[in-house]
Parts: sequence; C-alpha cells; structure tokens
Amino acid sequence: MLKLSRNEKIFLGVIYVLLLGVTLAFLLPFIIVLSTSFISEAEFARRGGYVLFPEGIDFTAYDILFRRSRVILNAYGVTAFRVVVGTLLNLAFTVTMAYVLAQKQLPGRIPLTIFVFITMIFSGGLIPRFLLVDYLGLRNTLWSMIVPILVNAWYMLIMRNFFMSLPEELSEAAIVDGATAPVILLRVVLPLSLPVIATIGLFYAVHHWNAWFDAAIYIDRSELQPLQIILRGLLRSATLEGMEEISFMEKPPPAASLRSALIIVSTVPVLFIYPFIQRYFVKGIMIGGVKG
Amino acid sequence: MSRSSRTLPLQRSGESRWSLARKKFIKWRFYYLLITPALLYFLIFHYAPMAGILIAFKDISPFGGLQGVIDGPWVGLKHFTRFFNSFFFWNVMRNTLEISVLKIIFGFPAPIIFALMLNEVTRTVAKRVVQTISYLPHFISWVVVTGLITALLASNSGLLTGLLNSLTGESWSFLTNPDHFRGILVSSHVWKTVGWSSIIYLAAIAGIDPHLYEAAAIDGASRLQMARHITLPGISFVIVILFIFEVGHILEAGFEQILLLYSPAVYGVSDILDTYVYREGLIRLQYSFAAAVGLFKAIVSLILIIGANSLARRLGQPGIW
Repeated sequence: MLKLSRNEKIFLGVIYVLLLGVTLAFLLPFIIVLSTSFISEAEFARRGGYVLFPEGIDFTAYDILFRRSRVILNAYGVTAFRVVVGTLLNLAFTVTMAYVLAQKQLPGRIPLTIFVFITMIFSGGLIPRFLLVDYLGLRNTLWSMIVPILVNAWYMLIMRNFFMSLPEELSEAAIVDGATAPVILLRVVLPLSLPVIATIGLFYAVHHWNAWFDAAIYIDRSELQPLQIILRGLLRSATLEGMEEISFMEKPPPAASLRSALIIVSTVPVLFIYPFIQRYFVKGIMIGGVKG
Repeated sequence: MSRSSRTLPLQRSGESRWSLARKKFIKWRFYYLLITPALLYFLIFHYAPMAGILIAFKDISPFGGLQGVIDGPWVGLKHFTRFFNSFFFWNVMRNTLEISVLKIIFGFPAPIIFALMLNEVTRTVAKRVVQTISYLPHFISWVVVTGLITALLASNSGLLTGLLNSLTGESWSFLTNPDHFRGILVSSHVWKTVGWSSIIYLAAIAGIDPHLYEAAAIDGASRLQMARHITLPGISFVIVILFIFEVGHILEAGFEQILLLYSPAVYGVSDILDTYVYREGLIRLQYSFAAAVGLFKAIVSLILIIGANSLARRLGQPGIW
C-alpha cells in the first residue's frame, strides 16, 4: 500500500465524510417512517408529526392494517398474484420469442426483430392503449395488469443476445443425437440459461411489485386493487376504503403512523430481498450493454 | 453471379419457389409456432394502439365504444391546431423542457461524481455496503417515494417542515408551493437514480488499464490528479453517449413522479405533456384531443431518439441499433 501524503489524507477524509452523508440520505427517510409507524396517538399529539426516534413502541397501526381490516391482506393477495402469475407469463413469452429470434438461420428473422424493435421507439400513446384495454374487456380484471405488459422488448433482446452467445456446437451435437427442436430448447438451452432467465424474471417481478399506474386507470373495483394503489389512496386522504371501523376506535392511530406502517408493509419484501438479488440486476445491466 | 445461374439448380430439381418456401416453412414450423403468441401480443398491444392514433384526426364519443370510434367524423388537424394555439401548449412545453433540463443538470453529473468518489474508497467491504444501500431507491416504487417525501415535507406533520417551523417561527409548505415544487422533483429524482446510474460508470472505471495509475504514481501524481487525468478521460466516452441519449429522452420529464406529487396549486410549474394527456384524456374524457397531444409527443420523441442514435454512431459508438 502506498503511503499517503497529508493532502491525500484530507482528500480521502472529505470523500469518506461525503459518502457517509450520502448513505445517510438514502437511509434516513426509511428510518423516519419505521419510527413513526410505532408512535401512538398520544405521542403524535405531543410531538406533532413524523419522528426520527420513537419514545414508545405502539403496534396499533399494524394491528389495524392486518387484523382489523381485510383491505391490506386482500391487496397483498392481488399484488402477489400479479407478481407470480405475471412474471411467469412474462418469462414464458419472452423466452420463447428470444429463443426463436436467436436462430441465425431462421427465414424472416431480421424483419421479425425489426417488427419488435419499432415498438421500442414509437408507441400509440396512453389514450389508444387505454381504449384498447377497455374494448378487449380487460378493465376491472386482474389480467389488465398482466396481459398489456407481457413482453418487454428490451429484456427480450437482452435474452436473445444471450441465447445467440451460446456455442452453436451444443445444439448441433444434440441434433446429431437425434434431438428435435423442442427437446433442444428444454434440455440444452434452458438449463444453460438459468442465470439470465432468473435475472430477467427478477426485473419483471420488481416491476410488477411496484407498478401502480395501470391499476389506477384500468381498475375501479376496490377488491382488485394492488398494495401500491392502497398506499397511494392512504397518502392522499388519510383514510382507507373499507376501514370505517377506525373511526369507532377509542384511540385511533394518527394518520402519519398508519401511512408509515403501510409504507413499511409494502416495502419490506423488497427491502429484504434486494441486497441478495442486486448482483443479478447489475449483471443484467452489463449483458444489456453488450450489443449483438 | 448472373440471375440465370442462380435459378438453375432449382429448375434442375424441378422445384418451384413456392414449394421451396413451403419446405422451409415445414422445416422451421416449430419455431414459427413458438413465436406466434408473442408476435400476437406485439400486434395487439403495440401495433393496434399505433393504428389507434387515427382517433387524433377524428371526433370520437367517449361512450360509444369501438363503434363510436368507427362512426366518429374525421376532423383533420383540428385537435392539433387547438393544442398549438392554446395557452396550455406553451405552459406544458415549457414545464416539460425546464423540468427535464433541471433533472439533467443535477441528475446527470451526480452518478459520475458518486462513482468517482466510490472509486477512491479502498476498503472493499465499506464500498460494497455503500453501493448496496445506494441501489435501494431504485427498487422501490414512486408511490413509496411519495410517502417518504410526505414524511419529510408534509405541511405541519413533516419532519423537516416541523423542524423549519420551530426554528424560524414561520409556517413552511413545500409540496403546494410553486417556488419549491421543482426542487422536490429534481432532488427526489437524483435520490432515486444516483446509485443505480453509477453502475455503468463504475464498470467503465473498472475497465481502465491499471498500468496507467501505476505510471502516474511513479510520476508522483496525487489521487485527485489521477481521478482528473486518468479516470475521468477513461470514462469520457460513456459519459458522452449517455448524455446524448439523456437529451434524446428530454420529453420524458417524469410522468409517474409528477402525477403522484403534484396538485392544482403547482400545475403552473409542473404540468408536463404526459400529465396533460392523462388529465385531458382520462379525467376529462377528451379522447381525441388527448390522443393528438400524445401523438405530437410520440413523433417529436421519435425524431429525437433517431437523432441521438445517429449522433452516437457518428461518434464511433454502437448506439442502440
């Protein structure tokens, strides 16, 4: 290790302090909502708002979200459905399309790829898309959150590039052994591609977990709303649909702690999973950066 | 090769072009079958809406269903001239461009500086922890970010607002104040994107030849000098290319973010093309007019992205196609 001069020590010190500040800026908002989710009505009245350190721990807000109301559990169910079913369908459509477009000898491969590529740089816009979903009768169904976003063209091209990078000898050897095309896809290509499939699958899953705008425009029925929409509603009005029972409580929790608790509830799964999956995402970005 | 010599082998084997195509199709039928569902998806959910932009040249009833679209009278460029001549055109265009430019001014250098700072950290564990934490905002939704902003800046109950109120004795408000609203948009945009966007720069830094640093150290260069004269030039091409594409997306000023955060009090400084289309179309049900505004945006965006790409290629970079 090189010896550092005095100036360089100061330089490094400044950088460390700045990075510490930045890191705190990333974390503090989460710590504030976590703390606020635990404060009671009495403490809120005394301190007047969101807090960094709670004086006491009060679980009323979580109690309301999970035990007194069915709204949150139901919304969790909707979100879970779109994450699981949505991601599986995303992958089925994306993998098959990418695999076919990765066949270098396939007649029509270039026009088909251009057919997909055009959708990346031009779109009909919000209104025609909304009207289409309406005319197809998808409004107020769970499918309106899944079917209109079945294939992401960018992810599909990333996956196609990966398939094209697999050595051709493998498929050729399988053909010599008498394997047919479906067998090659299932037995040769897919097992080799699990990392990239997992990466793209995680892209899709996080998108489904966080998406809210499609539900906001396509879905009016409250029992079909995902978690993000319930949170947005609570941030806007401080009361939850189907939570009338709160007003009958002797000491209802403050809106701030109810909101905070819901933020925590709708973030915790991502918070716990992302440190483990982020390296796949980084890998995904790198694969995407390589042009094929 | 002349034309006749190319067709000769086919004639010899007695095959027509048609039967050759059929043979080819049969050979690849499994693949065509496999790709059909995905092609149908693109046809229905991407190409049908492209055909749907025709409603921008019609007057359609919001309650007539598909028949209403077919029956609606053609009105030519009526909706476009109405938009270009309205007060909203200038307001919406100015907001879109100004917010985008502000986001580029603050949001574009931020990940570069962040990556350069991280690069100076020699303790790998500390570096990895900071990196992982910085990715966190990328993984959460704009709805949650809105909740976090509320926790800090809500009038009366927000933590920062409360702090300012008790320090200054005044009553502060941010989210409904036109003077502060764009600051919130830009800072929350930087907060959400800086860590994740730094990945590409860190990767570029990792690709720089380590010998350059060794040679510089022998010549007595300080770390700051190395960052300025080796690292920064080493990633300058990545910077230029990403900048070009950032400018190519200048009409995307942050639809979800603004839609969640704004209110009528700040429409004057925050209403962008996308939010205007949303309100005119889906709230006020002026489908044709909103589709016309959307089409205007789509066409300008297409020109910008093609321009960005050809500029990138002219600079010797691969571009996106």
